[in-house]
Amino acid sequence: MGTYILRRLLWTVVLLFFVTALTFLIFNVLPTADPAKLRAGRNQTPETVAAIRDQLNLDDPFLTRFFSYLGDLLFHFDFGTSVLNDEPVRPLIFEALPNTLMLVLGAAVVWFVIGVVIGTISAVKRGSILDRVAMTTALVAISAPVYWLGLVALYLFSSDLGVLGLFPAAGTYDASRGVFTSISSLFLPWLVLAAAFSAIYARLLRSNLLETMSEDYIRTARAKGLKERTVVFKHGLRSAITPIITVLGLDIGILLGGAILTESVFGIPGIGRLSFDAIQRNDIDIVQGATLFLALGVCTMSLLVDVLYAFLDPRVRY
Amino acid sequence: MALLEVEDLRVHFKTDDGVVKAVDGISYSVDAGQTLGIVGESGSGKSVSSMTVMGLTRAKNATITGSIRFDGKELLTASEDELRAVRGGPISMIFQDPLSSLHPMYKIGKQLVEAVRTHQDVSKARALDRAVEMLGLVGIPEPRRRADSYPHEFSGGMRQRVMIAMALCNDPKLLIADEPTTALDVTVQAQILDLLEKLKRELDTAIVLITHDLGVVAEVTDDIAVMYAGRIVEKAHRDDIFAAPEHPYTWGLLRSIPRLDSPRDEELVPIPGRPPSLINPPSGCSFHPRCPYVREAHTRVDPLLEAVPGAAGHEVACLLPPATRRALWAELSTGADPEAAKAVATAAGAGSGTGSVRREEEAS
Repeated sequence: MGTYILRRLLWTVVLLFFVTALTFLIFNVLPTADPAKLRAGRNQTPETVAAIRDQLNLDDPFLTRFFSYLGDLLFHFDFGTSVLNDEPVRPLIFEALPNTLMLVLGAAVVWFVIGVVIGTISAVKRGSILDRVAMTTALVAISAPVYWLGLVALYLFSSDLGVLGLFPAAGTYDASRGVFTSISSLFLPWLVLAAAFSAIYARLLRSNLLETMSEDYIRTARAKGLKERTVVFKHGLRSAITPIITVLGLDIGILLGGAILTESVFGIPGIGRLSFDAIQRNDIDIVQGATLFLALGVCTMSLLVDVLYAFLDPRVRY
Repeated sequence: MALLEVEDLRVHFKTDDGVVKAVDGISYSVDAGQTLGIVGESGSGKSVSSMTVMGLTRAKNATITGSIRFDGKELLTASEDELRAVRGGPISMIFQDPLSSLHPMYKIGKQLVEAVRTHQDVSKARALDRAVEMLGLVGIPEPRRRADSYPHEFSGGMRQRVMIAMALCNDPKLLIADEPTTALDVTVQAQILDLLEKLKRELDTAIVLITHDLGVVAEVTDDIAVMYAGRIVEKAHRDDIFAAPEHPYTWGLLRSIPRLDSPRDEELVPIPGRPPSLINPPSGCSFHPRCPYVREAHTRVDPLLEAVPGAAGHEVACLLPPATRRALWAELSTGADPEAAKAVATAAGAGSGTGSVRREEEAS
């Protein structure tokens, strides 16, 4: 187990190196705009642009610039500087991170609970009206785009323009009030972000549980004289839920790189929103930093999931 | 009164293709401490009938009629709660594949403790003691340590021992063993059969042993019931089944087992054809499409399970006259092929029997 984790960590480092190299390559070899010109301001002269190019070492060869970026990253944990307002990228990301974490982890709890509950009911009552309604709703939820769902949710439930006005409006989430005091502003985003995931998880759990319930060991559990409830929850769900935990870990990992649509619709200043703005303004260093974070999130979560799996399923050994 | 009495049990399943008559009117009884072997091909209804005893075939699409009395109590009409009290308690069951029959994610000890505590109001520690005791009884070395292992850490034979320990931990009066040795190596098979035999002797548990393998029932059973297409076609004491079988299907089963004492060049004779559809079973005798001795009337008349004249406790459902059957088996048991046997039996003029022939005539 120890050597396995070590090997995986080494691979993570290698992977992150390639991700860094690739994003650096994309944004520097295929530039959408000259960073020096972006920074030079409205009344720029060729001289100021040249001075900035010189200051940012933009005229150095590609490899020199890459290794200098890598060196800053490794030795100073420096993600570079935003070209637009000359702010360092690291604090920008670290300010945005808790907001994304709050959004994603909260939503993950919501979709996991909803998915497991609905999936279990659907599997146990297979073919019933309840099952059909649940699975049709799930299909709608999977098909609905998040930005559309977000806008509909705001139209129906937000306190300023909503028909029902149950939840705080978009843009009211303000981390400076403290992450926990502004939590009510996250209810609606949680539900919207969780909608599609709940549906996917419900369908996944339903089919897993149906498959598990036809296993021989379920017959054994019944032959023991256990209550059907115990058979489903203790014997069936235990097996059916394990693969879903893997999916959950990876989904969280991906979303840690920012839930761009949800954060944009609800005005949550998370990593997704930060990258969205940065992409629109060609703010390369921020995009690069956010991409690295996404890769780090995915790698960490997938390692975590694999280690966790060995505890959940005793047959798995590394 | 017998411990288990099954009477005219029918289990039919409605499917999209039609009604599957998985079990179609079977009756048998098992006394305390006795072993009954139920033999048949896959799809003959032997597993379904025993699962029905446990109430495990109850489903929306299932129609179950007849009677199953256990210890004088009717199980077919029993409530789910009453059945649960029986399952794993007075009646327990072991299954074919011990690998897939144990939950892969729980430790053996935990699974046994669960079985004990479902039927006995004891502490976890006491239940574990009982589990360890049973694991020891079925021959698991170092049972206390092994209780802490997962199923995948056991070999196939050891897993089946665990299953048996689990089935026995509540002192069942009846153990239903559904193909308990099929998934195991031959040497391990013998060990498991020995174990069942020993447990029967020591614990006085009645056993219903379901198998497709006559070799298995030969070793441990008292009585044998041969099932075909959802019915019992022959039922007798073990010795009678092997010495004087009456049904052509039983002959086929016997002649398809390799024997050490038969001549080396004797070929095994497979039963031709396939098991019949249980949705549209053949008319008349359901074995007639595969029977080498079929006569025209057999396609119309459905044989009843009747006593064999002169053989106590031996019953058979065959339309051939008893004398013909005896003549045929006399030939077959010497290694003759069905055609030759038929010729000899006909030449002997054994065609004029009693019983079944009368019914043939009535029908025509």
